[in-house]
Amino acid sequence: MKAKKFPKWAAAVAVLAAALILILFFLQKLLMPKYMSDIVEGNLVEEYYQETTDHEVVFVGDCEVYENFSPIEMYRDYGITSYIRGSAQQLAWQSYYLLEDTLRYETPKVVVFNVLALKYNEPQSEAYNRMSIDGMKWSGSKIGAIRSSMTEKENMLDYIFPILRYHSRWSELSSEDFRYMFHKDKLFHNGYYMRVDVRPAEGFPEPEILADYTLGSNAMSYLDKMRRLCEDRGIAFVLVKSPSLYPYWYEEWDQQIADYAEKYGLDYFNYEKMADEIGIDYNTDTYDAGLHLNLSGAEKLSKYFGKYLTETYDLTDYREDPEYKQVYEEKIQFYEEMKEAQYEELEKYGEIISY
Amino acid sequence: MLFTSYSFIGFISAVFILYYVLPKKCQWPLLLIASYIFYFIASPSYLIFIAATTVSTYLVSRKLENIKTEQDAYIKENKGKITRDEKKAYKAKMKGKQWKWLLVCLIFNLGILAVLKYTNFVIANINGILEAFHSTNELSFVNLILPMGISFYTFQTMGYIIDVYRGTCKAEKNLFKLALFVSFFPQLVQGPISRFHDLAQSLFEEHAFDTKVVSYGLYRILWGYFKKVVIADRILTAVNEIIQNPEVYQGGFVFVGMMFYAFELYADFTGGIDITIGIAQTMGITVTENFRRPYLSKNIKEYWKRWHITMGTWFTDYIFYPISVCKPMLKISKFSREKFGDGVGKRVPVYLSSFVVWFTTGIWHGASWNFIVWGLMNFVVIMISQELEPLYRKFHHRFQVKDKKWYGAFEIIRTILLMSAIRMFDCYRDVPLTFQMFGNMFTHFDITAFTAEAFLGLGLTAADYLLLFICLIIVVAVSLTEERKGSVRNLIYASPAVWKYLIFGVMILVVIVFGAYGIGYDQSQFIYNQF
Repeated sequence: MKAKKFPKWAAAVAVLAAALILILFFLQKLLMPKYMSDIVEGNLVEEYYQETTDHEVVFVGDCEVYENFSPIEMYRDYGITSYIRGSAQQLAWQSYYLLEDTLRYETPKVVVFNVLALKYNEPQSEAYNRMSIDGMKWSGSKIGAIRSSMTEKENMLDYIFPILRYHSRWSELSSEDFRYMFHKDKLFHNGYYMRVDVRPAEGFPEPEILADYTLGSNAMSYLDKMRRLCEDRGIAFVLVKSPSLYPYWYEEWDQQIADYAEKYGLDYFNYEKMADEIGIDYNTDTYDAGLHLNLSGAEKLSKYFGKYLTETYDLTDYREDPEYKQVYEEKIQFYEEMKEAQYEELEKYGEIISY
Repeated sequence: MLFTSYSFIGFISAVFILYYVLPKKCQWPLLLIASYIFYFIASPSYLIFIAATTVSTYLVSRKLENIKTEQDAYIKENKGKITRDEKKAYKAKMKGKQWKWLLVCLIFNLGILAVLKYTNFVIANINGILEAFHSTNELSFVNLILPMGISFYTFQTMGYIIDVYRGTCKAEKNLFKLALFVSFFPQLVQGPISRFHDLAQSLFEEHAFDTKVVSYGLYRILWGYFKKVVIADRILTAVNEIIQNPEVYQGGFVFVGMMFYAFELYADFTGGIDITIGIAQTMGITVTENFRRPYLSKNIKEYWKRWHITMGTWFTDYIFYPISVCKPMLKISKFSREKFGDGVGKRVPVYLSSFVVWFTTGIWHGASWNFIVWGLMNFVVIMISQELEPLYRKFHHRFQVKDKKWYGAFEIIRTILLMSAIRMFDCYRDVPLTFQMFGNMFTHFDITAFTAEAFLGLGLTAADYLLLFICLIIVVAVSLTEERKGSVRNLIYASPAVWKYLIFGVMILVVIVFGAYGIGYDQSQFIYNQF
């Protein structure tokens, strides 16, 4: 019997489709923003997948975690292995899905969530969404993060095929886009974004009077989801509010979190109120006039928080573990080299330019 | 559902697949369901209006057909029994009956269109008059919805019912088939205004999958998207910047805005029609062409034979001719001939009918004086051109320039400039401002509007301008090729397979990469959707 012939046109269409997909794949890689020399925070989420060792502590949250806690410092001081899964304006639901994503790879002993993002109850900004989500590997968690984060103008297809979102970058392509198409340099220290420069705190506008101080139900539902997720996996869940002078963390919000923590037997620390005890000096420990801590401030906070973690949870001191020791020696070296480079740049230009 | 939205692309892909997967007898019912879903998604309330138009037109068309059948039967039955005069009187009586039904249908459907589209325009004008007479009374505006594509489908059904009345088209027996003719989704939003006898056959017949037909349709769709999202939606930024800030952009900028708008409207409208025709073609359906390279016209009369062709022929067939030969017009013509001679007598019915045509064309485009004046400006220019025709002929004869290439180019540029200038009424917010800006273009003309800095201040980057320039070259090249050698798609299809597929692939990539869509661009509705 003669085998049925595959129509010529169908074969041609198949070849055309394959070629098109391949070209579109390369174009997509080219057109997606690389965040290597500008807005480097866009790489925070993606960098996690390069990790070769597990972590006993995982931080989730916004800029108040990835700029204020130094995992390398905690390792150096206490042998704690930790990682920050944070990104710019990371909303509560994004933290939940990033935590869910993290738990696909490892099960830490402690999860620390910075509560500032709970003030947002609805999706905020497409640009920040992309920085928080684009770097995630595809999974149910990523789909959940997209669905919960999309603003009115966004579309799931733009996330599935980022070329549809970034196609307009054709006119602003630079050599960086070609250089980092398939490989990116490491920029962070277990999710910590280092800044060594100093800009003393300045005055901020008076806090706005709000019509309603109740934290949004949507945001709080994701806090609850994070708590339950940790509970189900036997992970301790800790709430923190990082030290910062702005944006304001209202007393009413603080009380709601304190009540929540009490209700479920969680630890909650508002480090804004404990800045003196930690040793934070807003004249020397912030790089942007009081919004975020610089390296000096982050190391002080990490030392303080690391002590609490070691004393409270049964964490392993990995400083003597040969496997971890080797990995972290490299990380410390990178940490020190970047510190050095930033100081050099600061001396040379009076400001940090490359980081 | 915008033609340029992902949901629309998903929608047509699903319809396309089902169209060829389902048994062939399901093809036209599928299109009807798809059309109503498309309309339902736009707004469920729209369905009432399109359904009312469809059902009323169906019932009246059946009635007209029945009257005709009754008439034929009577004449056949009484062949030889009635005199010629009796037969004539009977026919006139039946035609009168038909006329009454036709009138009912036209008034009903035009009434829906008039109430929904023009009520607030009338109120605004009454208020204006009251204000002019220092009256403190003011009528309140009413909140009315304007169903998507109502001007298009109302005119399409009016054309159909008039054709049935005239006997040039048989009344469709199947209500659902008529419903599909009225609501066929690709052409619902911006036309073309199809005739039943042009569209019906290919719309209702069964189609087998034909790679050539489908490829032609896909090329056409891609070409449409190229014009819409790469050109029109990109240049839109600069056009809006200029026309929305007339106090800032004056003199030379008005000229720039005028020309940019001409390019935008062309790419937008012809692009949309390409998508419409292309979608229909992928399903084996032939939709009437609406454009024939209008910017290669050498005079305004020719331009209107190449631009929005189906609208032009609709107004000619259903307004111009009936008015030209109606009894009052014949009386006016006779009177003018007697009073002012043959020349005037011949012109009066033509000019009066043209006036009505251009007035209605204007108001059909939108409930605003801008559109009415735009229509009347077309009328004025066409009439002047017609009056100057002998002068042109003398000039051409005297200087022998008619066959010169440079003169042809001059005529094309002149027509483009003229049409672009008239189209300024589309752009500025009211008629006085449009006239003011037209004058301003000359009185405040300043060369600085043509510097790189000035162009970059219009919201487009140098890369955008470079891209637009390349696109302009492509569009001109394609138009010239089609003018000389016929369809470019025929040329592509006749080329080696590699080229065929390469061009197809490149078109997809160009639309995806260079299209002005998604975040950062405001997805814009097709300009003609509003009509």
